[in-house]
Amino acid sequence: MARAATTQRKALNTALAWLIGFLIFFPILWTILTSFKTEAQAIASPPIFLNFDWTLENYSVVQERSDYMRFLWNSIILAGGSTILGTMIAIPAAWSMAFVPSKRTKDILLWMLSTKMLPAVGVLYPIYLLFIQLGLLDSRAGLVIVLMLINLPIIVWMLYTYFREIPGEILEAARMDGATLKEEILYVLTPMAIPGIASTLLLNFILAWNEAFWTLNLTAVDAAPLTAFIASYSSPEGLFFAKLSAASTMAIAPILILGWFSQKQLVRGLTFGAVK
Amino acid sequence: MATQHSRSAARLMMAPAVILLLGWMLVPLTMTLFFSFKKYLPLRGDSVANGLEWVGFANYARFLSSSSFWPSVQATLIIVGGVLVITIVFGILLAILLDQPMWGQGVVRIMVIAPFFVMPTVSALVWKNMFMDPTNGILAHLWKAFGAEPVQWLSQASLPSLILIVSWQWLPFATLILLTAIQSLDSEQLEAAEMDGAPVLKRFWFIILPHLSRAITIVILIQTIFLLAIFAEIFVTTGGAFGTKTLSYLIFQRVLESQNVGLGSAGGVYAIILANILAVLLMRVVGKNLDA
Repeated sequence: MARAATTQRKALNTALAWLIGFLIFFPILWTILTSFKTEAQAIASPPIFLNFDWTLENYSVVQERSDYMRFLWNSIILAGGSTILGTMIAIPAAWSMAFVPSKRTKDILLWMLSTKMLPAVGVLYPIYLLFIQLGLLDSRAGLVIVLMLINLPIIVWMLYTYFREIPGEILEAARMDGATLKEEILYVLTPMAIPGIASTLLLNFILAWNEAFWTLNLTAVDAAPLTAFIASYSSPEGLFFAKLSAASTMAIAPILILGWFSQKQLVRGLTFGAVK
Repeated sequence: MATQHSRSAARLMMAPAVILLLGWMLVPLTMTLFFSFKKYLPLRGDSVANGLEWVGFANYARFLSSSSFWPSVQATLIIVGGVLVITIVFGILLAILLDQPMWGQGVVRIMVIAPFFVMPTVSALVWKNMFMDPTNGILAHLWKAFGAEPVQWLSQASLPSLILIVSWQWLPFATLILLTAIQSLDSEQLEAAEMDGAPVLKRFWFIILPHLSRAITIVILIQTIFLLAIFAEIFVTTGGAFGTKTLSYLIFQRVLESQNVGLGSAGGVYAIILANILAVLLMRVVGKNLDA
């Protein structure tokens, strides 16, 4: 009797959860489906769900019209470059805070986090001006630096919370055996922290990939990543739903796949270790 | 015991990160503060090299007295408040649902989290065109199917539409964090309450909600910081028209579109002060956890 009741309840939960999950996911699903339709089918009334003539035409048109590959390459360089650079700067900092804490460690960590809260729009013009002066406007190098700086506090924090879980005795033992500081970090700490470092890299790659304030305001042509590529579709010309969908699908597909792998680390990274 | 040697090495290794962030914070901040006291209209030939005219607090006063200031504060509060209420209420309900035993939980989780990974420009454009377009959008088809007149979403109901788009992006974040918090709840406590005959609502109110309070605080603070800065969603949907000009969008327009840097910088200083008040609150919550 009780068993039947729980099975029934489980079935009810399942149905409800799948329905809500489907509704939340629907805009993404609909975008992916529309990207394979012709423009006429994309605006058909009533909408066609699955039984249309699948075509890859939109993808080739989008690539030809706006050179998708160049934007993709810029996104990879900006997100990858800023993440790797940031991690290289953050590992030593997180190491010293986790294993040689001083009275001020907590204050420094909190202060780093507070720089993340500086409203970007408040410093837009100074950065814009500095970029012009330094010849960095619309350059990949400039954007890599800005994206690295805005994510550096998160990278330091994430690494710090992961490093703190590694027992300090192991590092001390290495030190006793005569390992130098460099060896200690490179050969003892890093291998143990690989899972933590990997999830830090992943989350910050995603954040940098989706960043849409600095990438829209500081790029024009040469350094423009996929966020700018999509924004160029905001003024429609004729029939364009299917092409917009193809462009959107291409912009989000890589990160959706990466994101699904990182969902376990997401909470911790985004709450600065406050919720685990 | 950390030795003297490792202490100084530690300071050295922290230096690059600290110096970079210090520069990233202080240099632009000082410039914004400097510009905010100056008349600075680059299009009329003002430039730093020629020297800028000192105008005292005139920019600050003008920013507050401009006719777009209070509407922008109102729009900001409505958007931030609306998104917070929607994401937290539905986030709690969804988190409780996802915590129940069910088939295919992993797949549902993936579907629910997905919008968080969609870049802001894509989600804004997809919603604007494929869903909210008054002739070809899905919502227009849905309205017509029920014999109703399709709504001009982004002009007639601009704020609710924007709240819907932004909530869709942030609901996964709230759900994920609240779900993680719920999963850390001691299930024995709930079972004991159930055996004592506490009804569902009471169990929710007296056990689940208090347990979630810290996670809810964190969601509110982190989301507020990000929501105050939403940009791409407005940039590609309404461009600040139809009453969707938030405080940060207003500053953006003053600085880059009308090129009144002094005025925009004064607005920027207001925004920075506001963000800092919120930041202090968040620091308290996060900082407390650091000691534990």
